[in-house]
Amino acid sequence: MAVVENLPSPSTERPIGFGRLKRKEDARFIRGKGTYLDDIELPGMVHGAVLRSPYAHARIVSIDTSAALAHPNVAAVVTAKDLETLGLAWMPTISYDTQAVLAGDKVRFQGQEVAFVIATDEYSANDALALIDVEYDPLPAVVNARKALDADAPLIRDDKSGQADNLASPTWEAGDERATERAFAEADHVVSRDMIYPRCHPAPLETCGIIADFNPETGQLDIYNGNQAPHAHRTVYAHVAGLAEHMIRIRCQDIGGGFGNKVPVYPGYVCAIAGSIVAGVPVKWVENRSENLMSTGFARDYIMRGEMCSKDGKITGLRVDAIADHGAFDSTAQPTKFPAGFFHIVCGSYDLQASHVKVKAVYSNKAPGGVAYRCSFRVTEAVYLVERMVDALALEMKADPIDLRMRSFIAAEQFPYETTTGWTYDSGEYAKTMDVAKKIAGYDDLRREQAEKRARGELMGIGVSFFTEGVGAGPRKHMDILGLAMNDGADLRVHPSGKAVVSISAQTQGQGHETTFAQIVAEELGIPPEDVEVRHGDTDKSPYGLGTYGSRSTPVSGGAVAVVSRKVRDKARMIAATMLETRPEDLAWEKGRWYVKGDPEKGAMIEDIAARAYSGEPMPADFEGGLDAQVIYDPPNLTYPYGAYIAVVDIDPDTGHVKVRRFIAVDDCGVRINPMVVDGQIHGGLAEGVGIALMELISFDEEGNCLNSSFMDYLIPTALECPDFELGETVTPCPHHPLGAKGVGESPTVGSPPAIVNAVIDALYEPHGVEHIDMPCTPARVWAAMQGRPEPPQ
Amino acid sequence: MDISTTVNGEQVSGEVEPRQLLVHFIRETLGLKGTHWGCDTSNCGACVVLMDGRPVKSCTVLTAMCEGHEIRTVESLEVDGELDPLQQGFHERHALQCGFCTPGMLMTARALLDENPDPTDQEIRTAISGAICRCTGYQNIVSAVRWAAEHESATKQEI
Ligand code: FES
Ligand code: FES
Repeated sequence: MAVVENLPSPSTERPIGFGRLKRKEDARFIRGKGTYLDDIELPGMVHGAVLRSPYAHARIVSIDTSAALAHPNVAAVVTAKDLETLGLAWMPTISYDTQAVLAGDKVRFQGQEVAFVIATDEYSANDALALIDVEYDPLPAVVNARKALDADAPLIRDDKSGQADNLASPTWEAGDERATERAFAEADHVVSRDMIYPRCHPAPLETCGIIADFNPETGQLDIYNGNQAPHAHRTVYAHVAGLAEHMIRIRCQDIGGGFGNKVPVYPGYVCAIAGSIVAGVPVKWVENRSENLMSTGFARDYIMRGEMCSKDGKITGLRVDAIADHGAFDSTAQPTKFPAGFFHIVCGSYDLQASHVKVKAVYSNKAPGGVAYRCSFRVTEAVYLVERMVDALALEMKADPIDLRMRSFIAAEQFPYETTTGWTYDSGEYAKTMDVAKKIAGYDDLRREQAEKRARGELMGIGVSFFTEGVGAGPRKHMDILGLAMNDGADLRVHPSGKAVVSISAQTQGQGHETTFAQIVAEELGIPPEDVEVRHGDTDKSPYGLGTYGSRSTPVSGGAVAVVSRKVRDKARMIAATMLETRPEDLAWEKGRWYVKGDPEKGAMIEDIAARAYSGEPMPADFEGGLDAQVIYDPPNLTYPYGAYIAVVDIDPDTGHVKVRRFIAVDDCGVRINPMVVDGQIHGGLAEGVGIALMELISFDEEGNCLNSSFMDYLIPTALECPDFELGETVTPCPHHPLGAKGVGESPTVGSPPAIVNAVIDALYEPHGVEHIDMPCTPARVWAAMQGRPEPPQ
Repeated sequence: MDISTTVNGEQVSGEVEPRQLLVHFIRETLGLKGTHWGCDTSNCGACVVLMDGRPVKSCTVLTAMCEGHEIRTVESLEVDGELDPLQQGFHERHALQCGFCTPGMLMTARALLDENPDPTDQEIRTAISGAICRCTGYQNIVSAVRWAAEHESATKQEI
């Protein structure tokens, strides 16, 4: 186990169980000794590079690879024709659509994969790309999703039989349309807003890549690939490549961030696998940053119209009509039965009379997706919509945005609460959390300061959001991806020395699993977390499960680890009873030991029990020996973390530049296993929220050219754009989770964009009458809005 | 072409392609995988190393330009099993999550502290603003650099 030996670690900072434990995984990372995908070298390995389409929509007339093949360092050039002979020209997406691995008939987005070159080194592979001659016949492109269903819109998916238009999936609805009409008819105030949650990109600092190593002698396929769901990937590869699943091994090693980007299977992966099968040597492919931004899983692209109403000073109804732009192939990541993900959690944290949601999805000539960028399946879009609408309604009612929320919250005594769109929220004390945020912010003082500044012509805004998320998908009876139940496994072995190994199906991308999951075992068994090794990311060494995204790790895998630890504890009780010559029911547990009730001196430590479990000493009847257990955890419900966020912004009246001066985040994620890690997750998510609200955008021109294909144009917040975040907490344990935990990774990204946009509008409404600005609120957009000009198009 | 340079105190020489980027020389030729790569446009800072004590983005430097210069990478920070205060500070203050930006951040911060042993939070933020961290939101990185500054000056005073 990796322990930072030469660091001072006072015993107070080494909790046995939950607490602020510094991370085990740091030891390798601070020394530059992490092993990321591109750090792995295998003997005889060759390098792949992808030729991509310069057009958003074009027929492929011809592909001439002869000059590339003549390059002395090139081993092979693969095109769709070659893949067809292997049956690999198309692959399934996670949403039951199909996606071209390499384009054969036509290209459908700029950056689409057209050919795959394999060469002895990366430089040569890239040189050879320039030698491939492709003749295209350009077609008009569908860029604006609102026009995708127009009668004269060019048909994108002519590869699909029976597809006559650009509808990607039929209208999906939740809630009660008639009841919602009634709520609006009876309302005192009604507002509506059109808004876009724009296309953005998770852009982890490490891009995507793979090494495929097929051994023709044994038929074994070894894959190295930083992905968020190794077991599900293996199942997909078994189907796609027709290989036996047990002969595929995926190892994830260290991953330089994921945020949803590393959930899908990408064409480059399939090309590398095909290349290795054909060439019989390991093939490495690592995308560059432009490829990452232009072709891999984008997020959002929801075009929404929201209507909200109130009666007697309280929010009563919500209606949402949304168009989802899925790009050229529908590879949205969400549970099968939820084609719009969990978007219908849009009813938010409020006790509504009724709500109704409609979403339809279209194809466009843009990169396929969308993945959930630090989000539980469209919860982000939902929270943005509802929290912007509440503020719009507050403006209409001339109410304080916090007061309106307070009056409309689901009350603590109403839980478990069935929402108007069918969710069962398990617990919450919303008003309390809102109050904590208000206090930390000094809300009333802020309002006074704002009034003074306004009088001086300064632009200051205070924005609030209150979110409820549904995370930890999910219960087997409702939730699967490609037919695979969204459950996770855990396998715990306590060795004779009392040291343990726990294997999990969740996959860390920086969340600190090696530390927090060890803490769960430590808490449950009472052994030091240093004595628990966490194994993950290797399909040969971990139980089956669906991986890490959608804030699933703690809710699902954390549940699995708690339950498996308790199983081991129960087994230990049987052995302890034999050791202490008593009955199991006469024993009581305290952290680390079973002892005889009424005679606490007489007990057995878990280490001693472990030694006994593997020894030749007498064992309980029917006991097979050893101290281990295995579980698959099927969560009974989602968990529902929530939080109250307040943003304070200053806007430069001369440039429209928005500065987030303060950001207060009060999260209720239930019981916190490692508060240091939780705070870190919140900081990181808030930074991404600042990016999405103010800077991050993937946009296209009319021909479908991607305008944000590098970090020069796709702007990510640096240390200068992020404020010092002010965190607070309330703890409402999740009643159905074994540890009372709810998951937190995505809350900050979900909750922060509406708070920031609400703050921007709060600054601009009174002096300039600005009612809405779509994200990102760049200086150009804010300035245009201040001048009463329409927003620059996106 | 032939090149001779110093990397982490050791003289290295060999033949390189004139167009080879320093980041590739460090990673592929020398096998020092601690220096990372994260973008095509010199924006992310994952590749930062020190050249004669100053931070440079090694994706934007040709190996050929290093002739006669001294390069320092993250692998040089720990000396005889003793961590650099920055490495320790990053651990103490949870200034890393996925760890991919960490080597570049450490080298950037090393250059800052060498030049300014007692930087303010704002000076730290400015110094690391050429480097992207997608995971931490920077707050703990700033705090880690402060931790290192305080502990460095403490050791220096003892001497
Ligand atoms: S790799 Fe991004 S700046 Fe060098
Ligand atoms: S720790 Fe992941 S990018 Fe900084």
